[in-house]
Amino acid sequence: MSTPDPILRMEGITKRFAGATALDGVDFELRRGEVHALVGENGAGKSTLIKIMTGAYRRDGGQVWLEGEPVDFRTPADAQAAGVIAVHQEIHLLAYRTVAENVYLGREPRRWGLVDWGRMNTDTGALLQRLGLAIDPAATLGALSTAQQQMVAIARGVSLGAKVLVLDEPTSSLAEREVAILYTLIRQLQAEGTAIVYISHRFDELYTVCDRVTVLRDGKLVGTRHLRELERLDLVCLMLGKPREALREGTTGFGGHQAEAEGTAPLLRAEGLRRGQKLRGVSLDVRKGEILGVAGLLGSGRTETARAIFGADPAQEGTIQLDGKRLDPRTPDDAIAAGIAFVSEDRKGEGIIPELSVRENLTLAALPTLTRAGIVDRARQREIVDRFMSRLGIKATSADQKIRELSGGNQQKVLLARWLCMNPALLILDEPTRGIDIGAKAEIQSLINELAGTGLGVLMISSELEELVEGSSRVVVLRDGQNVAELRGDAISQQSIIHAMAEGSAAAAPATLEA
Amino acid sequence: MSATAAARPRPAIGRWWSALGPTGGALVALIVLVAANSIFTPNFATAGNFWNVLLQLSVTLLVSVGMTFVIATGGVDLAVGSVMAISAAVAAVTVDQGLWIAIPLALAAGMAVGLLNGAFVSYFKVQAIVVTLATLLAGRGMAQVINRDGALLTIEDPGFLALGRGHVGPLPVQVLIAAVVVALAVFLLRSTPFGRYVLAAGGNPAAARLAGVPVNRTVVSVYVLSGLLAGMAGLIEASRLGASAAAKIGQGAELDAIAAVVVGGTLLSGGRATLLGTVVGALIMQVIATSFNMLLIPYSWSLAFKALIILVAVYLQRPRRV
Repeated sequence: MSTPDPILRMEGITKRFAGATALDGVDFELRRGEVHALVGENGAGKSTLIKIMTGAYRRDGGQVWLEGEPVDFRTPADAQAAGVIAVHQEIHLLAYRTVAENVYLGREPRRWGLVDWGRMNTDTGALLQRLGLAIDPAATLGALSTAQQQMVAIARGVSLGAKVLVLDEPTSSLAEREVAILYTLIRQLQAEGTAIVYISHRFDELYTVCDRVTVLRDGKLVGTRHLRELERLDLVCLMLGKPREALREGTTGFGGHQAEAEGTAPLLRAEGLRRGQKLRGVSLDVRKGEILGVAGLLGSGRTETARAIFGADPAQEGTIQLDGKRLDPRTPDDAIAAGIAFVSEDRKGEGIIPELSVRENLTLAALPTLTRAGIVDRARQREIVDRFMSRLGIKATSADQKIRELSGGNQQKVLLARWLCMNPALLILDEPTRGIDIGAKAEIQSLINELAGTGLGVLMISSELEELVEGSSRVVVLRDGQNVAELRGDAISQQSIIHAMAEGSAAAAPATLEA
Repeated sequence: MSATAAARPRPAIGRWWSALGPTGGALVALIVLVAANSIFTPNFATAGNFWNVLLQLSVTLLVSVGMTFVIATGGVDLAVGSVMAISAAVAAVTVDQGLWIAIPLALAAGMAVGLLNGAFVSYFKVQAIVVTLATLLAGRGMAQVINRDGALLTIEDPGFLALGRGHVGPLPVQVLIAAVVVALAVFLLRSTPFGRYVLAAGGNPAAARLAGVPVNRTVVSVYVLSGLLAGMAGLIEASRLGASAAAKIGQGAELDAIAAVVVGGTLLSGGRATLLGTVVGALIMQVIATSFNMLLIPYSWSLAFKALIILVAVYLQRPRRV
């Protein structure tokens, strides 16, 4: 790349929130037609920088130039008018209106003062076609898949005349094949000269789609590098601010392959679980002290398996045995009583109670065991909360802080503690480290490892292959609601898992790859 | 980011203020109102008026406490006024059988309406505003049927009349009842699993369910509680009137209660509730009504002023994003 002129330049950006400095003299430079990754742990200042870039926040210091002209966006509308547009991870569009209406929301083409529906639909159709998207402009947005909605949101940005497009975790709700569509779209925009700021926690994506990366840490600029010349390990080191020697071989907190818990009788045995179209005969078993990894693409029945075992969406067919005893959980209550714990993949939607404190969230499941004569025993509650906050290293100003004010990693630790204080026999984790910054991620991973070491059975669903390979004793691979492979020992590798996910179901009978 | 921002040490006043949370604004408004009235309204700051305000307040307060629980789960109970009328009517037609039959029957009738509301909201997933609008309409009609087709039934039982007119020492019975109910409710919300479950079910029902919280049962209980307290309020109202007037008792009570709850700082979307705030909110409404009355300002103006207070309170509590 022959250093083209920057389309957007930010220099010495500083932002303070009531005394706390969120950004401290950060420089950022974006070139025409590049995909520029912005990374950093939670609290590094990524989102603050983005919000200043797109006019959601005003800066306290520094300068911004767009195409060489100094600019000062007061509102997101200002930034949008100038061509700096953010597409957020949660889609801010109208689910009940059509694609075309959403694309032209707020600037509908008029004819004699009335909305010109014909033109709106044709123009949207032309735009979608140009971007290579097979989406009907007249379709209701809410009826589309999440990926398509995301594409519509991006298309809207393009139609607004985006020179700079900010994609904030664009793949967080996409399945693998949908991600490919996104990549194609990004390349298309890149070819048209649009500059893209790309925020993601997933390294694979950064290396696939981005040219350069800017790393932030604690509100300060660490540096901007070409990704081609930067090893993954070095990128992690930059983010964490640790020298390379300080990191061990793995980037997860598991630290390499896990030994298999041989010989012990299975703690959990699930056979032939079926429920509707999503779950079509899944069998697996978990032994005491082992981490069973469950792999599969989105829609493979991973989450459905977990929810069936936990009684959240009970299986219609199949049997579940816990410790040799038959279990038929119809509600989460049944499963909890039997000693099963479940941490959902959707931390915000199904995990935290945002308005309640860390203490209330942590003891929510344990409340029935914490009462004396129908009253919550405050002393015992405090004792448990203190113990688990220090054991898991939960960072909060106090146990009374509202959980929504905590970082994702700390929220996840609280949710883990919610179950650990119940002394469960089996812990089901659905994407335990999704959306969590690298430091906290490693902490949670080593905690899971430690828990399995104490004899807990862990069923871990993850779409991060690294996590599965390094964390699991065995890996069960699902596809289309069925088992397609069980990997053990040296057979567990990213390649073997991908292979099984992609082609495993071609064989009529579930294939087992033995070491 | 917010964690680091919140980690800053706060001055003592700030800590005190934030402990009050959303009730702070309402409390300030109440203090200003009382202070202004003490100066400008003749006879406002007298013992007689003090008791008068409390007397007027107790019925609204009973209903508002139940409403606080319902709203904390993210619902609303529009039927409370009709439940008051039903309970009064049931008491009026059964009072001759003795108080020990009449009062439990009247309260049970209120709880039955609550059970119906709760079942529809939780198990059949019908929106609370629709379900309780239906019971508001049906309930008012039912009260008139029970009341022998809308006749005014006078009640002469002295024991029953003591509910709304008697005293224990210097304390009016109804004020005592309201105070006990508020105290019990604070305890229920703060110190029992049920109270935690109410906030959890309102704050994030999906998460609560996965944590083993009996969400449906909690929601049903909340409407039953609201029915019970509305039933009590109906009895007190009937006792004050010395009669059951099915068309009149509890008319508009749901709106007063919702206003008190919202002004006090309970989130209409559920998940956050403050009973202290509800008491403050109910007091604000009552002080406005009483003082406007004493200043001989027309009733309609007091309504407009109340509306203004509600809007300001809700504006001050709107969720702020930084």
